[in-house]
Amino acid sequence: MPELSYREAVRDALSTAMRQDDGVFIMGEDIAEMGGSMGVTAGMLDEFGPERVRNTPISEMALAGTAIGAAMQGMRPVAEIMYEDFMTLAAEQVVNQAAKLRYMSGGQLTVPVVFRTQGGAGWSPGAQHAQQLEAWFVHIPGLKVVFASTPEDVRGLLWSSIYDDNPVVFFEHRTLYGIKGDVPEKIEPIPIGKARVHREGEDVTVVATGRLVHESLAAAEEAEKQGVSVEVVDPRTLQPLDEETIVASVKKTNRAVIAHEAVTRMGFGAEVVSVIQYQAFDWLDAPVERVGAKFAPLPFAPVMEQFVVPHKADVLAAIMRTVGRGD
Amino acid sequence: MAKVEAKKALPESELRDVLREMLLIRRFEEKVEERFRAGELPGFLHVAIGQEACAVGVCRALEDGDIIASTHRAHGHTLAKGTHPHELMAELYGKTEGCSHGYGGSMHLYDIQHGNMGANAVIGGGLPHITGAALAFQMRGEPRVAVAFFGDGATNIGTFHESLNLAQLWKVPAVFVLEDNKWAESTPERQHSPIRDLSERAKAFGMKALKCDGQDVEAVYKTTRQALEHARSGKGPVFVHLDCVRMHGHYIGDPQIYRDRDEARKLAETRDPIAMLRERLAISDEEFEELDAEVTEMVEASVEFAKSGTDPAPEDALKNIYA
Repeated sequence: MPELSYREAVRDALSTAMRQDDGVFIMGEDIAEMGGSMGVTAGMLDEFGPERVRNTPISEMALAGTAIGAAMQGMRPVAEIMYEDFMTLAAEQVVNQAAKLRYMSGGQLTVPVVFRTQGGAGWSPGAQHAQQLEAWFVHIPGLKVVFASTPEDVRGLLWSSIYDDNPVVFFEHRTLYGIKGDVPEKIEPIPIGKARVHREGEDVTVVATGRLVHESLAAAEEAEKQGVSVEVVDPRTLQPLDEETIVASVKKTNRAVIAHEAVTRMGFGAEVVSVIQYQAFDWLDAPVERVGAKFAPLPFAPVMEQFVVPHKADVLAAIMRTVGRGD
Repeated sequence: MAKVEAKKALPESELRDVLREMLLIRRFEEKVEERFRAGELPGFLHVAIGQEACAVGVCRALEDGDIIASTHRAHGHTLAKGTHPHELMAELYGKTEGCSHGYGGSMHLYDIQHGNMGANAVIGGGLPHITGAALAFQMRGEPRVAVAFFGDGATNIGTFHESLNLAQLWKVPAVFVLEDNKWAESTPERQHSPIRDLSERAKAFGMKALKCDGQDVEAVYKTTRQALEHARSGKGPVFVHLDCVRMHGHYIGDPQIYRDRDEARKLAETRDPIAMLRERLAISDEEFEELDAEVTEMVEASVEFAKSGTDPAPEDALKNIYA
């Protein structure tokens, strides 16, 4: 099995799709010569040329909308929105247009477009370059939302997203680009809407996304040492959500923690809690815990930034609370 | 401003058909106003009475395979692009036989088979789609052109500037048709734009701009032909500036308290595109009445068709969300 970084895995999915399919192309700000702000598309200009690796002006509405228009005509564009925060600029096109075109046309239109974007705290980019806005988009009927946390998953899910006939908002986490992991020799599509159980356990289920998957796996190791067996589930696709896997896990462990980097209040985790309490009410032995960012914009000073977003210790503390050993 | 060539005019033989089509759109929209006031039509409706020459002149100039994106004022564009009046009226009544099967309504009229990529309830919303569609045509080497309609109000929104900039940068085969009726809802152009000639905005992107009288269907046709030829030959997008008249309010029922009534009346009397063509063709009263009876009958039939159409099942609301 070859080893790829998360960054290389994204690039491999894009390049492989572009090699086999003329309809696939990428567009975005600084993605050509520069290879994107995170280096994800580095080298792709040399292989595919400027027609298919399209640098765009700083114009998120047109970038998103042009990708939508090309998709409406049968292409499979992947638009890179440089920072997740800039999805707010593209939001009109993503939310009012892409998500609803099929519906408003009574099923006539198909919009197979992917909006790749990335965010995440950790490098002190401040309040406008590191938000986690997945909750905005999971709330919109017509969109699919993916957030992968490992090289294998990001590659297989991006592949599936490119070949999905619906608009997909594809979140990547900035601090994960360098992590490495084994991937299958050939790309194996990962179905959209299927969770991955990263680690099996008996006492507590942690449902985690993005960077928090890794924090949660580390917290699970710690908990294990303290005699608490933790199962870690990564939904990978936030919309549609694999409720079945999550609920089955909670029915086994009877306790749950939801962990994401985004702001806790009104976050994606609240929906997961609702799914669990409604479908596994009689199985629960403790209130479902949530771990996420404090209700504050992301500050610049590293000490404040680290204070706002959650870490392994926060997940571990939540795990311990569910087994009655918290503070 | 490039000079519009005299050639590529609408053939004389087609002009009567053009008049019939414009009159059909007029009678259709008058009927829509009437049925809305009677409480039969749900939703928000905007008629383009007075702007029929824009819709018909542009759409007649298109070739098979060319596509359009429309605005919230879309009935005329939709009919001119080939949707049957039955299907359009059925959509306004929210029936499954409608062109958007009851999912869209007046502001979301789609007819993909006829190259209509849709009306749009967000001002400027369809402009980047047209840039993107044109990009797809360019990348695949297809000799097709994508055409966006929009109003003067839309020239202030970000998608307008971003889409025109990108279209010109990439030289995609798109035509941007400004229907300049001088009103953004109730706000007159002098209150929403610091410049009087909105073509200047296209020129700022280095885009070829053509301007003509949007009430003169022959001029609209000729200008559009010229724009299409330019775009189709790979020379890049064109901005077509149509100077036109919105004879009615922003929406049906708009009392237009913001508008000088005498001026509006004068415009309707002197700049009605249907009256202008009728005069140009020297159509007799008798002949006109015959034409009128013919299209009125088509409109009445569309109402009958729509009223006897099928209501969607409430739970159909959960279909067509995902492919």
